[in-house]
Order: sequence, then structure tokens, then C-alpha cells
Amino acid sequence: MQIVDPTAELDVAVRTLAPRSGELRGTVGLLDINKPRGNVFIDHLERLIHDRIPSLEVRRYSKPFFTRVAPPDLRKQILEECQFVIEAMAD
Amino acid sequence: MIPPEPFELPDDVGKIHAAPADRPTFLVFVKEDCATCNLVLPMVQVLHQATGETVDVTVVSQVGSDIPILRDRHDLTMLILDDSELDVSYDAALETVPSAFLFDETGECVAQTYGFLKSEWMELISAAEQLGGTDAIPLDWDNLPALKPGCGAKNVEPGILERLEARRSGKIQGHLIEIPTGVDVHEFLFELGVTDGLPVVPPTPELVWSMLQGTQRDSQEIVANVATSRAACTVEKAAVNAVMAGARPEFLPVILAGLEAVTVEDFNLHGIVCTLGAQAPVYVVNGPIRNVIGMNGGINVLGQGNRANAAIGRSLQLIVRNVGGGKPGDEDRAAFGGPHKYTCCFPENEEASPWPPLHVERGFDADQSTVTVFPLEAPRAILDQYSTAAEQLANNIAWSLTSVTNSRMFNYGELLLALSPQHAGVIANSGWSKDDLRSYLVEATKKPLSTLLADRQCGEGMDKHRYPMIDRVVGEPPDDPDQLVSKLSSKEMLNIVVTGGDASPFSMLFGGWGFFVPLPAGNRSVTVEVVT
Repeated sequence: MQIVDPTAELDVAVRTLAPRSGELRGTVGLLDINKPRGNVFIDHLERLIHDRIPSLEVRRYSKPFFTRVAPPDLRKQILEECQFVIEAMAD
Repeated sequence: MIPPEPFELPDDVGKIHAAPADRPTFLVFVKEDCATCNLVLPMVQVLHQATGETVDVTVVSQVGSDIPILRDRHDLTMLILDDSELDVSYDAALETVPSAFLFDETGECVAQTYGFLKSEWMELISAAEQLGGTDAIPLDWDNLPALKPGCGAKNVEPGILERLEARRSGKIQGHLIEIPTGVDVHEFLFELGVTDGLPVVPPTPELVWSMLQGTQRDSQEIVANVATSRAACTVEKAAVNAVMAGARPEFLPVILAGLEAVTVEDFNLHGIVCTLGAQAPVYVVNGPIRNVIGMNGGINVLGQGNRANAAIGRSLQLIVRNVGGGKPGDEDRAAFGGPHKYTCCFPENEEASPWPPLHVERGFDADQSTVTVFPLEAPRAILDQYSTAAEQLANNIAWSLTSVTNSRMFNYGELLLALSPQHAGVIANSGWSKDDLRSYLVEATKKPLSTLLADRQCGEGMDKHRYPMIDRVVGEPPDDPDQLVSKLSSKEMLNIVVTGGDASPFSMLFGGWGFFVPLPAGNRSVTVEVVT
């Protein structure tokens, strides 16, 4: 029996990890998706980074709202301004 | 039927022959079990014996295994070709056998007929005689009937037609998956990961072709890009999933309209697929299409038993999951989800409603058919057997309304109230419109902000600091503890339809997706017209 494929028939994208520099230097972006108390978690992360990894500069970002994917412009901005990113998700 | 273009077919021993030949050619397509074919074949044999030097007389059998039977039965000596694949018959658009064609030496068709009309066969034979330069062939025309209808050609028999069309029409262009012989097709589909946990109808090419007959839209037309992958969904892909869901071809226009609606950016399908919450797309159908395709808007409207209700909702769920993505545990992170994620599609019971239906409220004409999609929780019942005035029943509705999602989540976004005809009658008999009910519920659900804040009794609440985005997205939140806040951010947030059985002291309230968030960050229900 033959059946017609019900899926989008997309090729699975093969992605490799971004190269690791081996050192924590540069700028880390902290992306808040804006779920309740995500900012509390991000604030704590920022304090820990300042205390333990003073070589890292921290930049804060947030999505307009948690139910929508991050806008392309925001993703592009983070890519241009940071070498690392941490995203705080969920509640 | 149309004269076949030059073709090649094997004979009964597998040798390939081209037809029409480079000289006059008489072709007749037959089936062994056709009485009219058996009527004309002796005459064709006589023609072959009389003109065989100058005219290629060729029989084309639509069933290869018929050839030796026909040779033996009628002592046939001419070339007989095997069109068991039915490609030549399909290209000639045959509907009847016998179908006969006479080609001259240039390959032009100069005469044709089908079935047996004596006058036409006399002309056909006469034309063959002229092309062959022979004298009149002695045939016993007097003992032949004036008319004998032919039989249905093999290529248009039910089951065979669909297989041929699926293979030859070009409508099916999706990847074909071969299920090995001996493998249980349903287990295969489960393992392929394309079901919703229940068995699906195997989407064979012929079933998909049959489903595509339900729309005039081109099978390769892209209907929408579907979250979360944003992959394009063609009419064909929608039809494949509709077959799996158990839909009928006449449901397809409604399914396509639902797909267009749920993929509108304002609806935010991506968010609904990925939410931790219990929301799912819920589809409401309005207009004449409801009755044309046999939807149920009466007793057990939200339950099982009606094919259209069940299959339309299920088709849309399968399309979203199989084309867009969103398997539980992958993109779908719902803690609970809900039974309405299998299927949730129902019509408004417009005939039982005292008010204009949903689609007319939204600017469509009553005789247009539409699909509206909402992002909703599973419904909960509101029982009221004794209220006889609108205000009494509205108060009961208000009490349920305040507890939607949680009892301190006010300034709420869109919800859906499905009133039973009985309850709609109670409201309307007091002279209230839907809008009167909405306005009343805005007021009736107001509470002081101080009662909606987190405290020792409950950690939930509309505390400003808990929602840092509120002021940026929603606007300045209320902060005066004595300020009255309504459950509904505005009366427009409460969508009202009438549906269900006539005698029902129950109405159903569907919660939405939390507090109101304006577009583009938020989400909205969407209505799309059904195009048949």
C-alpha cells in the first residue's frame, strides 16, 4: 500500500554548535521572555554574573510578550551585540 | 472520448507495438465481460480478414488476461494489445466499451463510435473499406440489432477511476510512502508519528484524490504557512490530513477556511501550540454550509457522534501537528491540554437563536458560510433550571465567568459563551439582545481591586509587580484598591453563540487565554468565509 505523506516533508536542518571561544569574555545578553517573575530570575542571574564573572558585560533584553516568538529584529540585535545569551523562560 | 494519441503497448506475449500504424488503422477497445464488445468482435475479425493487407485492424483489451479468452471465443487472428495499466484508455478519456476509431495513413482520426449503433458501425466499416481499397465486406447487418448500449469502460469503474486519477491527474505531488507488504498499516501510521493517538484512515493516493474533488482550488495552492515550523500547507496536504481524520470531500472547503483562519497572524497559533495552558483552537461554523454537510448543532453538539463536527476539527488538529509541528513534549508544552485538542468544531444553532448569528455580528451576510476560530479552554457547564428573567440567568452566568482560569484574573481577554436555545430564550424573552447581556456581565462581574490581589488566602492576584510587561503592553494597570475592575476587559471580549439541544437548562462557558493583551502582542479570534 502507498500513502501520501501528511507532513510538511521538511528536511531536518542539521545545525552545528557555534564555535566556543574557551573563555568567558565579552558581552552576555540576558533575554527575558516576560513571563511573571522572569525578571526576578534574570535579576539574580545578573548579580551572580557581576559577582563571579566580572569580565563579562551584561545587556538586558526582553520580548514584547511571552506568547509571541522573539521578533527578528531583537534576535538580530542580540546576535550583533553579544557573544553569549541566556534566555529565561516559563514561570 | 477523444482519439488516442500515438502510443505503444505490449501484445499478449509482451512484444511492444506502436499504434496507430503508418497505414490506415482500425482500433477497438474492449472488455471480455462486455456483451456489446462480444457482439462487434466477430465483425472486426471479418474486417481484419478482408482488409488485413491494407488496414491495421487492432483490438485493445482493457484487461490483459482477457486476451486469450477473446481469441479463443471469436477465433481472433488480429493483433491484440494489452492496456491493463489503462494509460491509453485514460488518455483517450474512454467512458464506454467498445470504443472504435479509424485512422487514415497520416494518423488522423476520420471516424469513431462507441457502443453499438448499427448506422454508425456501417459507416465506420465502409470508411475502413475505402481506406483499405477493398470491396464491400459481406456482413450480416440484418441480424444485428439497431442499437445495443456499450458497457462502462474499465478506466472509469469505481475504485479504478480514483487510482488512475491519483496517478495521472497531477493533483497528487506529495511524497509517496510505501508500506511494506505484511506490515499492519495502522501500526505503521502510529509509528510514523502522524496520528493523534487514535487510528487514522490511511491516506492512499486515490482517497486523497477523491477528497480533492471537494474543492475547485488547485491541489498545489498554498493555503497557509503553519506554525510552528511555518511550513507551507497546500490544498493537497490539507486533503491528506482530512482523509486521515475521516472527513468527506464536502467537508474540505470548511477545513480549508478553518486553516486560513487559524493561521492568521492575529490568532497567534504558535503561542497556542506551545502554551503551558489548556487552550486549543475551537472552531464555530455558521451559514448554510452547516446543513449542507450535515453538521450537528443540536443535542450533544459538543460530544461525539456527528462525522462532520468530529472530522473537521480533527482534520485541522492533524494539519497543525503534522504540517506545522507541535508534538506533546516537543513544541507543545501544555501541562494538561484538554480533550478538545483532539477535535472541537461545532455549528451555531442559528435556527434556534433569537438573535443574529455570530457571523452576521461580524459583518457577513446570513447566507454566507464562515468558520470562526477561538483560542479556548475546554468548556464548563452552567446549570440554571429556574431563572425565568434575563437578570437572574445573567447573574448565574456572571458567577461562573468570574472563576474562569482563576477568580482573580480580571481584565480578561476573549471567551466564548455557548448559550442553549432554552437559556437564549430566557434572555431574549426579557427583551435583551446579546449586547445587553454583555453589558450586564461587564457590570455584574466588577470587584474592587483590593479583592483581586495576592494574600495569605491565595498567592494569585493582579499585583502590578508580577506582570512587569503590563504597563508596556496593556497600559497602566489599576492600582487604586477601591477601583472596580470587571472580569471582562470590554464587552466585546465576550463572544456569544446559541447552540445545543432545544430543551437544555445548561449553557457552556469556554475560558480563553488569560487577561486581555492588545494586538500585535496579543491574540484574537478570526472569521473566514467558506469558499466552495
